[in-house]
Amino acid sequence: MITLLLAGILALLAPLAVLGAAGRARAVWGGVAVLSALLAMLAVAALAQGGAAPLLLPFGPPWAPLSLAADGLSAWFLLLLGVAGLLGGLAGWGWGDVAPRRLMLWPLLLGSMAFTVLAADAFGLLLGFALAGFAAHALLSAEGGWRDRPETGWRDLLATLLSVAALAVAVGLMTGLTGDLSFAGLRAVPPEGAQAASVLLLVLLAAGARAVLPLLAPLPPGPTLVLVGGGMPALALYVLARLLLDVSGPAQPLWWGAPLVVGGALAALSGALRALREVELGRLLSGVALHHLGLAVVALGVVAGFRAADLGALAAVAGGAALLHLLAQILFLALLWLAAAEVAHNAGSRQLDRLGGLVHPMPVVAYAALAGVAAAALVPAMSGFAGGWLLLQSLFAAWRVGVLGFQILVVLTVAVLGVAIATLASALLRFWGLTFLGRPRTPRTLGAQEAAPLPRGILVALAVLAVVLGLLPGPLLRLAEPALLLLTGHGGAPDLGLLSVSPGPAAADYTPLAVGLLLAVVLGIVGAAMRQASPRAHATVPLWDDGFIAPPAHFPFGDPATQPGAASLATAMRPPLPAMPRWPWPQAARWAATLPRWRFSLPGGGAARRALRLCLGTVAALLVLLAWLGSGGL
Amino acid sequence: MTLPLGLFAQLLHLVLVLLAALLLPGLLDSARARFQGRHGPHPLQPALDWLALLRKQPVVAESASGISSIAPYLGFAAMLAAVLLAPGFAHGMALSSLTDLVVLAGLLALARAARALAALDAGTATGGLAAAGGMGLAGLTLPTLLLAAMGFSILTGTTGADGIAQSLRESVPAFRVPLGLLALALLAVALAETGRLPAGDPAAEALGDGGDDSVPEASGRHLALWRMQSALRLVFWLSLLVGLFAPFGMAGAASGALGWLLALLLWPVKLLLLTLALAVAEARLARLRAARLAELLTAALLLALLGVVWLFLSAGVA
Repeated sequence: MITLLLAGILALLAPLAVLGAAGRARAVWGGVAVLSALLAMLAVAALAQGGAAPLLLPFGPPWAPLSLAADGLSAWFLLLLGVAGLLGGLAGWGWGDVAPRRLMLWPLLLGSMAFTVLAADAFGLLLGFALAGFAAHALLSAEGGWRDRPETGWRDLLATLLSVAALAVAVGLMTGLTGDLSFAGLRAVPPEGAQAASVLLLVLLAAGARAVLPLLAPLPPGPTLVLVGGGMPALALYVLARLLLDVSGPAQPLWWGAPLVVGGALAALSGALRALREVELGRLLSGVALHHLGLAVVALGVVAGFRAADLGALAAVAGGAALLHLLAQILFLALLWLAAAEVAHNAGSRQLDRLGGLVHPMPVVAYAALAGVAAAALVPAMSGFAGGWLLLQSLFAAWRVGVLGFQILVVLTVAVLGVAIATLASALLRFWGLTFLGRPRTPRTLGAQEAAPLPRGILVALAVLAVVLGLLPGPLLRLAEPALLLLTGHGGAPDLGLLSVSPGPAAADYTPLAVGLLLAVVLGIVGAAMRQASPRAHATVPLWDDGFIAPPAHFPFGDPATQPGAASLATAMRPPLPAMPRWPWPQAARWAATLPRWRFSLPGGGAARRALRLCLGTVAALLVLLAWLGSGGL
Repeated sequence: MTLPLGLFAQLLHLVLVLLAALLLPGLLDSARARFQGRHGPHPLQPALDWLALLRKQPVVAESASGISSIAPYLGFAAMLAAVLLAPGFAHGMALSSLTDLVVLAGLLALARAARALAALDAGTATGGLAAAGGMGLAGLTLPTLLLAAMGFSILTGTTGADGIAQSLRESVPAFRVPLGLLALALLAVALAETGRLPAGDPAAEALGDGGDDSVPEASGRHLALWRMQSALRLVFWLSLLVGLFAPFGMAGAASGALGWLLALLLWPVKLLLLTLALAVAEARLARLRAARLAELLTAALLLALLGVVWLFLSAGVA
């Protein structure tokens, strides 16, 4: 019944595309929002039932009958897509402008993404993935995502083609000679040996390209980014989870999860550093999105490791971390993107160095964005923290796998994630502080106004969700239990109370409601006590500008150069790491072009070099220690 | 421990940490002065300063927003919550199920972020510097703290500070290399986080009056709150170090009235000894350059890494 309804909604998206082609913007956005909400509600219903029966579609090639099914994993990711579509549709209603060629692509993209997630066989998955990839590329092109750098557009198209091809080969390898493309059939014969390695490599390639590229596209924050940036990474992770963990998960060796852990940790770190480096809101937030995607991928990698070691209960902890974090990040990223869109619209710039002081003209947007920043920076009791906490706990427990190589990998991952999480907190603080605090840096900022009622309502609702979701990780995880079952191949969620989550009976637990309550009570008592002790209201005086010379008359708020700038804050906040290489593919192209003149040089000052030397020295010491202990020294 | 007893212990812990926050910073300053051969301020001087600040009217810049007035309370509340959750003189206090180290790291991050936001609020150059300096340090202290949590979770099976202290107290008292490495690493983190390792340009400090004010624009009760917060931070790190690495003599549900009395006496003594050690170190060590501080913290991170890997190798868990 549920599957039939879902198929009906997918069919309804087609006339919506026709409406879009006719330029009926309100109808498209309203329709997308309503249908996405229905998708999300049906997904919740399917999760509550523990999955819905498959439905054979009346069309499709004779050798691969297409079928739809909403099992646990599909339903959870369908919920994510529904949320992204709902927010995108609402945001489009509130913010979007009208252009028929873009409007047509909205229902197409949403429909193809939902079809990918709902497909019950590998051919349907491949078909939907290809359609979604091309629709996303077309939408990004129509939005002018490649306006500044056309070559990125070609790269994106090339990556889409390659990822579809890679996925096709991977599916072919997994099917083998049996020709049975249904997930159940594939699950019965998981790939082994070199075949498994090729499948891992190809799926990683396909999913990685589709997950990361929309985030790196220089698209201005807005409704389109909410749909594409929220939906496509979730879709890519679905492909990853379905093909690598659910279908070929049984009987895989321990190293199966290692590429995911390494790639996720590096993505998290490079995303955080990107967010700290960039001075433009869209690029900065894309770094934030990359960071959170990386955290979810690490969690999936840890699931694979635990599955290989037959530690089902711990695999469920890591799986719960991934699922919870994906839901939370779609919501708080949408909040940040929409707040950035509001800032760009009202203050006329997306450059951090041309904003400032916006908390005065637009307080609701500012404080809603602050809630999003707190959730994204993993502040306790906000929505980002529960997933991050579960991820860290599963990493802490990963030594139980019992293979030294994997253990050392996990320790290094914890260290890298620590650096990444702290760096991201700095980056988000810099984003919020420079945008909303301080004095206006340009006269244009003064003309900013509070958002219109509908966008304001959406932002406030998302801010409330960032708090509420953070307080209730237990019920959400219980809802996700059918998905966890498929992801981990093991019955049972992490140790759940209604209010707390815990990785095990003896381990520590996290009770967000109690932590939030403690903070609120302490805050109230401190406030009341200070009111008694020091009742005088504060006085407002002109700013003491640290003795800079008086600004000229055309700077009514003082010289902007006397305020902290985006680049100077980034330099001071950066942890003293050796400089990261930039994103590898342009670098690879540059290498190929300048190979004879290429030489290795470490950018940055002496401190970075020394830090690197220290790192290398310790690694060497570790290796010596390992060799000594390995030879029976202890 | 029964609920009324746990509540009583928690309230006692609150009173004790507030007393410690009142006394320890002044004691540290005056002891350091004595070790340097100076007379130094009265040990109660910081507390008297707070009282004086509370009587003054706070002054806020025109360009500042509500953040300047809210952030001091938020930062202080987050730090007070963290201190309440830090291990104290007894096990099983009312809030002992919340004492997870990762949550504590989150509360510290919240307090730090509140400080940085308040510093950025008015939009001055010095405020930006203070905010950036405070946040930049976390990039190296958070991973060390997380690695320490991982080490404890391997040793004791939990990341709750209370559970760690309890199971380490009950284990055989012996020196363990990984614990020693983790202690060194956390000590460096504590020194950096409490601002007890002065770094940077000495001339810059001469400009400010207090030197340790992380929010240059604050005044009146706001400044008092920030200073009390930094005192609480000192108490938090000291009691965390004492609770994790020297948990002997703590009271539990089974210990009788004598045990409680002993624990109540022992905890301040441990804190006091650590404070005196800190004062000696501060008096004897030269100030660090900023790059040196980063190196020290990197070394602490690598020590923690080494400690955890050592655990894998030596505890037979590999």
